[in-house]
Amino acid sequence: MNRIDRLRGTAAGKRHNARTVAALTGNPGCTRRAVLDAAGVDKVKLAERIGFPGSFGQSRFALARGNAFEAMLKADDCALLRSTLGAYVGSYEDLGVDEDGTLAARHARTRALLRGAAEGLIDHPLLTLDVAGQTVFLEPDLITHRTGAQLQVVEIKSFAIIDGQADGTAVSAAAVQAAVYVLALRQLLGDDAVSHEVVLVCPENFSLQPVAVVLDVRKQLSTLRRQLSRLASVADLVEALPSSLSFDVELPAPDLVSALSSVDARYAPECLSSCELSVYCRHESDGDTAALGRPVRDALGGVETIGEVLALASGVATPTPEQAEAAALLRAARRLRDEALSRPAGS
Amino acid sequence: MSTLVALARAEAFAAGRAQRIATVRHLHIHDRPLVLIPLAMAGEANAPLAVLLGTDAAAPRLLVVSQPRNRDERFTFTAELAAAVVPYLASFGAGGTEAVPVDRGRDVRYRYVDAPQVWVPNPGGADFLRLLGRSTRFRRTDGDHPVPPAVPLLGQWLTFLAASAEVPGSALLPNAVQALGLHWATGQSAAEDAHLGSLFAWITSGAEAARAAEQGPVAGPATDPEFDNKVLAPLIAESSPALVDALRDLLMPTWNRMWESIALLRTLPEGARVQSRWDSDRDVYSAFVTHLEEDGTPQPRRDGAVAAAARLQRLENAAARYAVQRAFDDPLVMAEHRLSGAAFGGVVTLAKADRIDDSGKRPVLRPRIMVATTEPVRVEAGAALTSPARPSQKAKVISVTPTAGGSDVLLELSGGMGRKLVAEPGSVPAVGEHLLLTTLSEAYRPGAAFPDPADTPWTHGGPPTAPASLSD
Repeated sequence: MNRIDRLRGTAAGKRHNARTVAALTGNPGCTRRAVLDAAGVDKVKLAERIGFPGSFGQSRFALARGNAFEAMLKADDCALLRSTLGAYVGSYEDLGVDEDGTLAARHARTRALLRGAAEGLIDHPLLTLDVAGQTVFLEPDLITHRTGAQLQVVEIKSFAIIDGQADGTAVSAAAVQAAVYVLALRQLLGDDAVSHEVVLVCPENFSLQPVAVVLDVRKQLSTLRRQLSRLASVADLVEALPSSLSFDVELPAPDLVSALSSVDARYAPECLSSCELSVYCRHESDGDTAALGRPVRDALGGVETIGEVLALASGVATPTPEQAEAAALLRAARRLRDEALSRPAGS
Repeated sequence: MSTLVALARAEAFAAGRAQRIATVRHLHIHDRPLVLIPLAMAGEANAPLAVLLGTDAAAPRLLVVSQPRNRDERFTFTAELAAAVVPYLASFGAGGTEAVPVDRGRDVRYRYVDAPQVWVPNPGGADFLRLLGRSTRFRRTDGDHPVPPAVPLLGQWLTFLAASAEVPGSALLPNAVQALGLHWATGQSAAEDAHLGSLFAWITSGAEAARAAEQGPVAGPATDPEFDNKVLAPLIAESSPALVDALRDLLMPTWNRMWESIALLRTLPEGARVQSRWDSDRDVYSAFVTHLEEDGTPQPRRDGAVAAAARLQRLENAAARYAVQRAFDDPLVMAEHRLSGAAFGGVVTLAKADRIDDSGKRPVLRPRIMVATTEPVRVEAGAALTSPARPSQKAKVISVTPTAGGSDVLLELSGGMGRKLVAEPGSVPAVGEHLLLTTLSEAYRPGAAFPDPADTPWTHGGPPTAPASLSD
C-alpha cells in the first residue's frame, strides 16, 4: 500500500469520474480536494462524520427519467439512438460495468476495441487519465461512435432542449465532462483520432423524443489541459504532509478535523454545489472575504479577512504598502455609506 | 459588484444582520398582488407538481397534480391554474383607462389605470412560468388532444409575464429574492442568498437564524432530493391523499415569507421615479390586453430577426434608464457612482447667474458656476453633467483645475431656468450650495429605425418564411 492509499485507511476507495475531474479543475488551487480525491476518500462519509453533512442526493424521479430515456434509446440494438445519430452501420458493443478486480482486463479490452478500425458504437469503455501525477481510471457513461477515421464522444443526458435552447449550467457541465472523455481518449489513441466535436443526445421540448446536437469542446479541452497541468503533483503534496496523517472515516471526529486542518483548502461559494466537504470548509473560512464570493473579495481590493476590511475602512488599521490603494477605496466607500445613511462617521 | 455593496456585505457579516444598500424602495408594490409559488417534478422538462397561490395572505389556494407524469392530469391542473390566475390578470383590463398625451400633445392614447403584479419566490420561479407558458400556449382546443380554451390563454399570459420579467425595472413579475437583494446586503455570498428562507432570515432575524433556515423547506420550483425520495415518492406511488397535506406543509413557510417580504418592502419609502416605471408596465399591459382582444395569436417560439433586434434595444434602454433612475432616486446608489468617479459632490464657490452668451445669432442665458470638490473627478472639459436636484438642467464642463485638496470644476449651465434671459429664482445653484454632479443622464434615447420584417436583410436570414405549424 502506498502513501496515498494509506491516507484513506481501511475503507474501499472511491473512483474518479468525469464529474470529479471536472470539479477538481474547477478549483485547481484546492489542495484538500486534490489530496482527498487522489486517495479515494469517501468525502460524503467524511463530512457526515465530522458533523457537516451536505446534501448531494439525487432525486429518484430524476434518476428514473434519465434511466428511462437511456433505456429507450438503447432498446432493440440501439434502434432509436442509431436513427438519432444517423449511425446505421456497425455493431454495438457494451463493455458493461464491473468490479475493481477486473478493471485492467476491461481497460485492455477497451483499448483493443477502440484501436480497431471497425465502425460502430462502443458503450461504457474504461479510460485512464493522468490527474495530478496519478493515473486514474475513469468510469465514463458514454458511447464512442466511430465515423470514418475519427471517434466521436456521444453523451446521453436527460435535460430537455426546448426550442433549441437548454439550461446553460447543465450544458456547460455536460461539455466539461465530455471534454474529460475526449482528453482521455486522445491520451489513448492520439490527438487526431478523436473529434473535438461531441454529440449530446437529449429529449426535445416537452416530450421524450431524442434530439442530437453537436458541441464544440475545444475551449473546454484547452481549459482542462491547462488546469490539469497546473495541478501540483499530488505525490509531492502528500510527501509534505505528516506521515501519521489519516482520513480513515472510522477515526473519531476530532482526529479527522485536525487531519483536515493540516491540508489547505481554498473555499469559494461555488464549492457548495460541487464538493461534498464544502459545508465544513465554509465553516472553517468564516470571516474570510473569499467566503462572500470572488466578486465581493475583488471589490474589497483582495483583502483577506472581513475584520481587516472593516479596520481599514474605518481607518483603525494602518495599511501595508500593498494595501494602500485598497484602503483608500475602502475609506472612501465607508465615508459615502456613512453620509448616505446619515450615520455618524466611524460608527 | 461595487465596492460599496461589498463593504455592506462585510458590515453585515460583522453585525450578524443584513445591511441596507438602498435608502428608498426601487420597486412598485401593488395593493393587491398575486403570490404564486410553483413546484416542479424533478427530472421532467416542465412538469408542475403543485402551485400555492392567492391574493390574500390568509387564503392560500393549493393546486396539486397527484400523478405528475400523467398528461391528462397535467392539463386538468393547468386548466385549474388558468381558472385561478387568468381572471386576476385580466381584471385590470376592466378597471378603466386614462388618457396619455403622445406626439407632444398632438394626439392621445389610452392605458389601463392599473396592471397585475405576480410575485414568485425566486428567478427559478419566473423561469418555470416561462416554460409553462411555452408548453401551453400552442395547445389546440380542437383535434386529437383538445385542451380547455383557458389553457392556451394562460400560456400567453405567462409568456407575457415572463418576457416582462426580463426587462430591468419592470414590476409585473417580481421575485422575492431579487426584490430583497436589491435593498439589503447579507453577510454571505450571492449563491447562498438565492435561498429565500436564508436571505429573509438575514434581514429579519440575523446570521444564526439564516444558517438554520438553510435546512428549512426550499422555495421551489425544484424540490429537495431527500424530500423526493423519502416523502414524495411513496405518496405518489400509493396515490395517497396525504400528498396534498405534505405539499401544503412544504409550501406554507415560503408562502408566509413571501407575504412578509412584500410587507417589509412596503415599509420602505418609494423612490421618486418608481411610478414612471410602473406607468411603462401599465403601457405594455394595455398593449397586451389589446393584442388578446384583437388578434390573439400566441407569441412566436422565437422572435424573428427584426423583432429580436428591437427587443434587444428596448432591453438595453430599459437597463440604462433603470440604472440612472435608481441613482437619481437614491443617494446610496449614487454613492456607488461617486466611488467609481461617474459622479462627485462639491460646494458651489462662485456663481454668475446672469451670464449671457451673445456670440451666436441670439443672446442666450449661460450662467457659470465653480464647484470645489474633494472627491476624485474623472471628467474632462466638454463633458455634459447633470444634478439629481435639477434633472432638466445641463452643466457643461469648461475646465477642471486641480487644487490642494481636490479639484475646482468650472461649469456652464443651460436649460431648466425659464424662457427669459434672467434665470428663474433658485434655478441656478447659489454660492455655498452642496451640489452633486454626474455623467449619468436621464435624457430621452431615441429608438433606432428597424426595417419592416418583410425587408429583413439577407445578413439576418432574409424575410421570414411562412410560420411553421403551431404544434408542439
